[in-house]
Amino acid sequence: MINSNLIPDFTLSPRIDQTGAEERALRFTRRSIKKESKINGLKLVLNMIDLTTLEGKDTEGKVKQLCYKAMHLHDALPGLPTVAAVCVYPLFVKTAKKALEGSGIKVASVATAFPGGQAPRDVKIRETKFAVNEGADEVDMVISRGRFHAGEYNYVFDEIAAVKEACGPARLKVILETGELVSFDKIRRASDIAMYAGADFIKTSTGKIQPAATLPVTLIMLEAIRDFYYKTGKKVGMKPAGGISKSKTALHYLVMVKEVLGEGWLTNEWFRFGASSLANDVLMQIAKETTGIYQAANYFSID
Amino acid sequence: MKKKQKNILPRKSNTLKLSFDTSWTYAPAPESRTSATIQPRYDLFINGKWTKPESGKYFETINPANEETLSEIAEANAADVNKAVAAARNAYEKYWKKLPAKERGKYIFRIARMMQEKSRELAIIESLDGGKPIRESRDFDIPEAANHFFYYAGWADKLDYAFPGKKTASLGVAGQIIPWNFPLLMAAWKIAPALATGNTVVLKPAETTPLTALKLAELIQEADLPPGVVNIITGAGETGAALVQHPDINKIAFTGSTEVGKMILRAVAGTNKKLTLELGGKAANIIFEDAPLDQAVEGIINGIFFNQGHVCCAGSRLYIQESVANTVIRKLKDRIETLIVGDPLDKNTDIGAINSKKQLETIHYYIKTGIQEGAEIYESSCRLPSKGFWCKPTLFLNVAQSSRIAQEEIFGPVLAILTFRTDDEVIEKANNTPYGLSAGVWTDKGSRIFNMTRKMRAGVVWANTYNKFDPTSPFGGYKESGFGREGGLHGLMPYLHLSNLIPNSTRK
Amino acid sequence: MEKTTVKKSSLSVSENGLERKKGKKRLEVLKTYKIYINGQFLRTESGRYYQPVNAAGEKLANVCLCSRKDFRDAVVAARSAFGGWSSRPALNRGQILYRMAEMLEGRKAQFVEELQRQDVSKTKAEKEVLLTVDRLIYYAGWCDKYQQIFSTVNPVSGSYFNFSVPEPTGVVSIIAPQDYPLLGLVSVMAPAIAGGNTCILLASEKKPLCAITLAETLHASDLPPGVVNILTGKLSELIKWFAEHMDVNATVFCENDVETQKMLKEKSALNVKRMIFYDNIKWETEQGQSPYFIFDLQETKTTWHPIENIGFGGGAY
Repeated sequence: MINSNLIPDFTLSPRIDQTGAEERALRFTRRSIKKESKINGLKLVLNMIDLTTLEGKDTEGKVKQLCYKAMHLHDALPGLPTVAAVCVYPLFVKTAKKALEGSGIKVASVATAFPGGQAPRDVKIRETKFAVNEGADEVDMVISRGRFHAGEYNYVFDEIAAVKEACGPARLKVILETGELVSFDKIRRASDIAMYAGADFIKTSTGKIQPAATLPVTLIMLEAIRDFYYKTGKKVGMKPAGGISKSKTALHYLVMVKEVLGEGWLTNEWFRFGASSLANDVLMQIAKETTGIYQAANYFSID
Repeated sequence: MKKKQKNILPRKSNTLKLSFDTSWTYAPAPESRTSATIQPRYDLFINGKWTKPESGKYFETINPANEETLSEIAEANAADVNKAVAAARNAYEKYWKKLPAKERGKYIFRIARMMQEKSRELAIIESLDGGKPIRESRDFDIPEAANHFFYYAGWADKLDYAFPGKKTASLGVAGQIIPWNFPLLMAAWKIAPALATGNTVVLKPAETTPLTALKLAELIQEADLPPGVVNIITGAGETGAALVQHPDINKIAFTGSTEVGKMILRAVAGTNKKLTLELGGKAANIIFEDAPLDQAVEGIINGIFFNQGHVCCAGSRLYIQESVANTVIRKLKDRIETLIVGDPLDKNTDIGAINSKKQLETIHYYIKTGIQEGAEIYESSCRLPSKGFWCKPTLFLNVAQSSRIAQEEIFGPVLAILTFRTDDEVIEKANNTPYGLSAGVWTDKGSRIFNMTRKMRAGVVWANTYNKFDPTSPFGGYKESGFGREGGLHGLMPYLHLSNLIPNSTRK
Repeated sequence: MEKTTVKKSSLSVSENGLERKKGKKRLEVLKTYKIYINGQFLRTESGRYYQPVNAAGEKLANVCLCSRKDFRDAVVAARSAFGGWSSRPALNRGQILYRMAEMLEGRKAQFVEELQRQDVSKTKAEKEVLLTVDRLIYYAGWCDKYQQIFSTVNPVSGSYFNFSVPEPTGVVSIIAPQDYPLLGLVSVMAPAIAGGNTCILLASEKKPLCAITLAETLHASDLPPGVVNILTGKLSELIKWFAEHMDVNATVFCENDVETQKMLKEKSALNVKRMIFYDNIKWETEQGQSPYFIFDLQETKTTWHPIENIGFGGGAY
């Protein structure tokens, strides 16, 4: 938590010029990532993935298979890292925790009435505590977007702070659902609220709303993280989630992290991709770079 | 707001530093040179043919990134200029003037299209000859040049609609002298409107960057443009002077330094030559405390480091409101660490080579001056290549309005940073210069934008953006930054004689 | 402009000068022709004067022989008036020009008489005065319209709004035409100030009287001090300063004199002064008025601003 006199007036969060931010984001896509730079980057990407299943039809069986994939991305290619975490609903935390035992892969659980977040606060707190008690290393919460739009920033702030407290040792990722905030000004403001309220990570999206993660939105959030770091000395992580399914796009994000926050954030401790299909595309690209042969999807297990 | 007081964080500390020296780095990504053909020697392009210079002399054009010779270029003397002007006059009287306007337009469209087809080769040569990063020549210079031809092509048969109450007529032969900072783009800015308005052209590119103009000559040949409509002659200042002084020229268009511009003004005195000048600048880029700061930082970077700062409208005087000065300067310092300086042909290069040894010396002179004047220098920690002409992105902090680095055009990647307190103060300081080409204003407040953009005595004002260009957008200066406009509808006027209501009177 | 046949009966010229011709014995009260700087009628700081003479050999008056210092003072006045004048509502500038026309209309007789004393025939003098009034009205009407003629909204690529507008070039020094001492002067003054510039005018050397009388009418026209400054004196003495001064943004010269034009152009290099020559204009005709005279003393400013681009996603826009 933050020293009280460091908490800013969030209505004064910096304004963002959309056109300028989008042009800046486009510049990152102009970086040419070739050869060893590409392979190293792709391995880094793999290691930053929160392999995710968040479906109504999830079962223990599905979660177990996903956990196996998390540990054995593509055994045909030696020397690959594992993903960073597996991300599931609270009911499957125990299953995942057991399946991943000894792998070093974290278990992340969504909570707080994901994805809508339309539930009383005590329900959200109970759900958070449940996930942590089941063994979740990380909790991905959603903010109350309705309250945020209504201008009730104190409510949003206090809710995040309360969930953070409920997390105990688990790291808290705060999902802003940027696709519902729409303007870059609001995305920046929500980022500031989340960080000052105690977020360990800020995260773009649930994956259930379009648009999900985009480069410009992630840029706005990375810049918020940078400003917060300079103000408080505290590092906050970043997790774009939803819609990142191609290696090339993932590398653009990596370029952005490198050039906005630098070395300190080029690790899965501070940067994650929330994705389900990205891993296989990255694997295919690594295989192509290694063998020189273009790959086909059927040679890579889907989960 | 509920305030938890568990783990109190360290207060903001000036010792915090982000490291951009990352373990994950970009591998070299050089653009291949193989798709670019450069002849070992270029003659003069006169009357549709490659013509040996009367002078018999050739000079070398080098790659400023490694000082290797790229080609030998003919040096035109007064006799060559004479030939070129005669060819242009002949083409004007015998053909171009009589050609239906729509046909004229189609030739220009054709040039635009062919430039697009050859854009890759042109981009590579532009970067080789001038030192600018391939990303800029590929994504900016060449496409903008083609777009410029495309824009003016369409004007050729629509001139009757441009100036209400006026009849238009072409002037005759235009002599055009262009600088080395945007070689092909400046050629397009000059040639496209001249042709669209029915004039013929003798163009002289800068001596350090003649290659893309000569490639354009090849392209014009391929486009079957009638011989003599466009003539391209190479050489240095003396060639330019001969062109300016030639009696059979009706129009001079010059882009370059204010010093040379003034010489040209004197040279055309007493003649009927119509003149447009696009000269130097020392633009103020003004950051208010309510500005979108991260975008403003990009604007500052783009304003001063675009094309190594070799930009007449560069935002070389930065005014930051004192309340956000430290924040903006910290962001700038971080940002210049991520600028990649090096091989212009590498696709990841942000800042290429300084155009010439002479220009590098000028820049070094000003850096020395800035230090002597007591300003605090801050340079990027990048390493520079050993061969070629290079300059690190450089910031000068605590600069005074009265210091020379805040007053004189440096034309390099060197930014003078000043602070201000109030709106009226910064308006006065921004206008406190003999130049008036451009200005930048960054603020979130609409009414302040309109006040500021109106009060800037400058021809182009960028609000919440910087260094944007477009063929439809008139460009040109106030005061000692020159007169006349290039681009847009306004860019037609310098190449036309407007008649009916005020014959025999022109703004000469 | 309308046909300029003048009905003589519309002029009332029965006072002052004409009384003299009727032979009354009253001693004439001679007018002192002072120069007009910063809204004040002053004698030249030099203390010098000259006596222009008409064709009949009559001395017209003692007229100030202005010095470079008078010009310098006038530039200071014009510069300090520029900010206020250029930022006035265009409508208001138009009303002030219209007011000038009104005042001139009320003093037609005096101008006709002065012109006649300066060798203009009565018919021509009456015509010139009426044309002058009409010319002021012509430019009064342009004050809030030329911007719309010369502005453009430019369809640039990318998410930007971009527009170009004319803005006054600043302080303009004007050598008024030697012929048409009233109409010529007003024809070059009106487009300058209609466009928001401030100016320093040098009256016709041989026929300077109307210029000063004009200043008196301007003075009564709500025109702010310094917007128009009128000097008298020798062209050959003053022209160099008109062209050299570093705080003058443009110079207008109306004589068909190649040597002087060359000199002016050379001097203009000092500060890249806009040098405008109207060397073959028939001011009494239609070609003597046009919005392009206003535009000649304008700079074009292009402004860019980003456009936020949210929405437009579906078909319901």
